[in-house]
Amino acid sequence: MKVALFIPCYIDQFYPKVGIATLQLLEKMGCEVVFPQNQTCCGQPMANSGYEHITGDCTKLFQDNFDEYDYVVSPSGSCTLHVKEHIPLKGRIYELIEFITDILKVESLEGEFKHKVGLHQSCHGQRGLHLSQMSELNAPFFSKPEQLLKNLKGLDLITLDRKDECCGFGGTFCVAEEAVSVRMGQDRLGDHLKNGTEILTGGDTSCLMHLEGIIRREKHAMKVMHIAEILNQAIS
Amino acid sequence: MKTHSEAAEVFNKDFDRTTWHDQTLFMVRQKRDKAAFQIDDWELLRETASQIKNNVLSNMHNYLLQFEENASNNGIKIHWAADAKEHNEIVYGIISDYYRGEIPVDTFKGMVKSKSMLTEECHMNEFLAEKGIEVIDTDLGERIVQLAEEPPSHIVMPCIHWKKEEIGELFHKHLGTEKGNKDPQYLTEAARQHLRDKFLTRPIALTGVNFAVAETGEFVVCTNEGNADMGAHLADVHIASMGFEKIIPQKKHLGVFLRLLARSATGQPITTYSSHFKKPRDGQQMHIVIVDNGRSTQLGREDFRNSLKCIRCAACFNTCPVYRRSGGHSYHSAVAGPIGSILAPNLDMRANADLPFASTLCGSCSNVCPVKIDIHQQLYKWRQVLVQEGYTSMSKTLAMKGMSTVLSNPSVFKFSGKVGRMLMDKLPFLVNNNMNPWYKQREMPEPPEESFRDWYKKNKK
Amino acid sequence: MSSRENILSKIKQNQPELLPLPDLSVLGSEKYDLVEKFTEILEGIGGKVLQVSDIEEIKNYIISNYPINARVISTLPAFSDNRDWQTADPHSLKDAEFLIIKGQFAVAENGAIWLTESEIGQRVAPFITQYLAIIIEKSSILPTMHQAYEEIGSIDYGFGVFLAGPSKTADIEQSLVLGAHGARGLVVFLV
Ligand code: SF4
Repeated sequence: MKVALFIPCYIDQFYPKVGIATLQLLEKMGCEVVFPQNQTCCGQPMANSGYEHITGDCTKLFQDNFDEYDYVVSPSGSCTLHVKEHIPLKGRIYELIEFITDILKVESLEGEFKHKVGLHQSCHGQRGLHLSQMSELNAPFFSKPEQLLKNLKGLDLITLDRKDECCGFGGTFCVAEEAVSVRMGQDRLGDHLKNGTEILTGGDTSCLMHLEGIIRREKHAMKVMHIAEILNQAIS
Repeated sequence: MKTHSEAAEVFNKDFDRTTWHDQTLFMVRQKRDKAAFQIDDWELLRETASQIKNNVLSNMHNYLLQFEENASNNGIKIHWAADAKEHNEIVYGIISDYYRGEIPVDTFKGMVKSKSMLTEECHMNEFLAEKGIEVIDTDLGERIVQLAEEPPSHIVMPCIHWKKEEIGELFHKHLGTEKGNKDPQYLTEAARQHLRDKFLTRPIALTGVNFAVAETGEFVVCTNEGNADMGAHLADVHIASMGFEKIIPQKKHLGVFLRLLARSATGQPITTYSSHFKKPRDGQQMHIVIVDNGRSTQLGREDFRNSLKCIRCAACFNTCPVYRRSGGHSYHSAVAGPIGSILAPNLDMRANADLPFASTLCGSCSNVCPVKIDIHQQLYKWRQVLVQEGYTSMSKTLAMKGMSTVLSNPSVFKFSGKVGRMLMDKLPFLVNNNMNPWYKQREMPEPPEESFRDWYKKNKK
Repeated sequence: MSSRENILSKIKQNQPELLPLPDLSVLGSEKYDLVEKFTEILEGIGGKVLQVSDIEEIKNYIISNYPINARVISTLPAFSDNRDWQTADPHSLKDAEFLIIKGQFAVAENGAIWLTESEIGQRVAPFITQYLAIIIEKSSILPTMHQAYEEIGSIDYGFGVFLAGPSKTADIEQSLVLGAHGARGLVVFLV
């Protein structure tokens, strides 16, 4: 299966290892992965700030890069949601985890990862893309990321007090509402610390970048890994 | 006036109090979950309520006429107010008529009022105070904030930001309770005695309206304390103020809304009292003031009209991670929280341009909303409107345009300097401010050796 | 144009195209043990529920649990012949200690009891009294609010109330306190 990789701008620039893990993981699962070289950004940072009307060029560029592919995959729930809602494509875009569970039909993964892992559900991945059931609804439980993590040998998935509260990143919110944003991040981390998370993971690098910024400032021992990195490492 | 983010920054200075505020409200959210999950049909109930309200919005004109006719036949006098000012004048007119134009100068004139967010929206208390008429808020929480000369910070729990020690102090000062006594039981009893005296001596009572039934001309008021009833059944004049969107088609629809309202609000199966006022009692006057105040404009905004479906349960407040950590007053609007942030810009875009940005768009609000208002989508859409109408700063616009240019131009993007540097300059969350607010309490990401695209070129192409 | 005409014409112009009302018949299919559910819910919200076999039992309970020399009012001849309070100035009920009445019906899912003027005598009575007792026939308990509104149907009243438990507030730091402004206690006698 041929897959075009969409690597959001901040992953490209700050977290190349997430892109690499995504690419390698997909290859291990038998996909032929390409990276259209002229891609930049989906336009979400502008749109969420109220500037959707100036994202036309970004949209056009995105389409030029990705229109020829049936499957576009991205290791970011947030960017994937934006593309789904705002950029019409000939093919379809999938967030990495949903691509693995829904298109590659992977029920569970064999592998090993001997750590206490805390999963941060990004709101756009969860409430936007429905990667897992939302705590507000009276509806049956499911979780696509948990489905992939839970069978890994040695992996201890931490149960949180608040299993799907927002971390406070929120795009420009993280600077426009700096005080609340940081406080939300501290509280999310507090929940993970209290319940014993050693490695914090999730499907959205933007949330993780914000949380990691606080972890490093406050000098917590907790490590941060994108879920693609964990899966890629576990099944090798 | 402070913007939401400025006020929130002040709020967050007290770390422990913010913790307490967040946890208290999250507990209410959990009570809501527990109550909601006991109803197997919960999601169906929400969907049904949403559809009823959609029908109401689409047939508002006829329902209002039907309501007016039926209520009038029941002996209720209907008034129409285009805006806040007219609402207040109508209320004043009713009081003045009651006293035949000669409002006496004694302490027993005036009115007891049960919770009505609409009168907060209209600033009615201040208006009447200027005319020499005292309004006594009778909901305990509202009385507390009234004594403290503050607006409510939450539409269901008006003094949720107050600690019992502080309430004890306030009551000591105003009601003469023992100094240092902060026992909620004791303080509530003191308020009961204090307000019983007001109920028994004030001839005019004002209540809000939770639902007005077009089919029968009756209206329903929900309270736990019984203050609406104590006021209304003792007073010679009962005035009920309602935004026109409170209308519902038929009595049987109350079944749907009463199942949802209290469970969503506090996790109770129903409020203690759901009072159906249909006719004035013998010798009593009953008035309803139907208020527009921007609602008909909102009804015409396709993207935002759904906000008028709101039944004011405040579930969206309690679940909102931003509200819980910034407090109701930071929203500088009678209705705070997520719903307030999509209602307020309709009334005044300039004054409320900050509110749709006081959200991470996490979407939890839309999920708890019993009438399924797409609150977070409307927050997003208000952002677009506010930017296009010119209510954002020039520097932000320039930054956004600069970013858009870079991001839509691959050659600039790829070669704009050392890895990481370009984004540190251009990413929205890292610009906008001389003193980078990201860095205040967070480390910057560490720029790696090479970007993903450089790695890809080396290793894959 | 008056405000009325202005508002109505603006609404007419701005309201969206007509959308249909949903079907309510799919709701309210919950199956409860009605007495058990009603009791559990009402006790959960601060009410007291007693199963009794006759009026004597109720009388005995009241005598042994409430100050009988305080003012007791009732709309039920078995408890009081005095009717005058029903037409008196409502303010005159300010010293009412105990009101005993019979409810039309009750709702299992939320512990609510439907009362109208005919049951309560005076609108203010169940609120102003310090304590309230309501007799409910077990056979009149309905599962949900949907059946409740069917039961009410188009029967006319001037005032009606769903009353669920004693008056309460949690406005001070979310601590539940009974007896905010209305009755401090509610006892329901199931017959
Ligand atoms: S918007 Fe929805 S959740 Fe918020 S107060 Fe209104 S009805 Fe409740």
